[in-house]
Amino acid sequence: MYGALWRVLPGPWWVRLLILLVAVALVLYGLFFYVFPWASEFINPQEVTVE
Amino acid sequence: MGEVLITVGVVALLYVAWQLWIGDLIFAAQKAAVAKSLSEEWAQEAAAVAPTASPSPDATGTPAPEPAAVTADPIVLPEADDGQVFANLYIPRFGPDYAVQIAGGVTREKTLDPIGVGHYPGTSMPGAVGNAAFAAHRTTYGKPFNRIADLHVGDAIVIETPEGWYTYRFRTLEYVTPESVDVLLPVPQEDGVDANGRYLTMTSCSPMFSMSERIVGYSSFESFTPRSAGPPASLTGGVTS
Repeated sequence: MYGALWRVLPGPWWVRLLILLVAVALVLYGLFFYVFPWASEFINPQEVTVE
Repeated sequence: MGEVLITVGVVALLYVAWQLWIGDLIFAAQKAAVAKSLSEEWAQEAAAVAPTASPSPDATGTPAPEPAAVTADPIVLPEADDGQVFANLYIPRFGPDYAVQIAGGVTREKTLDPIGVGHYPGTSMPGAVGNAAFAAHRTTYGKPFNRIADLHVGDAIVIETPEGWYTYRFRTLEYVTPESVDVLLPVPQEDGVDANGRYLTMTSCSPMFSMSERIVGYSSFESFTPRSAGPPASLTGGVTS
């Protein structure tokens, strides 16, 4: 999977590395700010009030 | 296939890192930033209304105005609507950068998740006789009450509104069942007793990452500092003990 990705990317090795680093940063941003907050509702439900 | 499984494992580990550490760094920083900009907004509004608040020395020799009283009878705001921000909370024990907004209501979707601290509807507002009760997360969402169990007797709990600062002093902690609504009574856990003092109650989850119990912190009112007198020593003086 990652080997194929490396082969389809254009340019010399350092350009490919740069593209991958940017892609990783984008994926992490999406996970930390959108996916994980959404998922935490189901993984770790919390109640802090008395009722 | 092996790479897919490794990726899933890495994402799961990333989730754990986010849940326990990174997510709270992000949320807490965001929440402190909006609270501080709200505080600056209030300060500017107050300065615009009373431009003489900072007198400059003039040549006419008029005596300087009396310094504003440092304490006064507390001004009690009307109760806020669900999700409506009306105050900031500062707890010096939780660090000099700790600041979080307080809004009306204790629903997760409107107040506790997006804003921070929620005010139990029907309980007293800050400064009023009776019990002002608040709830907030102890884990996740910036975890405003994460260190509630670290409070020492006498620690300042300071609430800022456009009118000024309400200083409460922490008294004691308690662990109760989730149904223990009597901690919200005008005198906590004293049914049918009229309050003759001003109290503050904080509730959060206990143990951390669990819903089985609630941790409750009680504080009692010390003083109200009007906006014109500037931030009180309870806020600027740091942690006392």
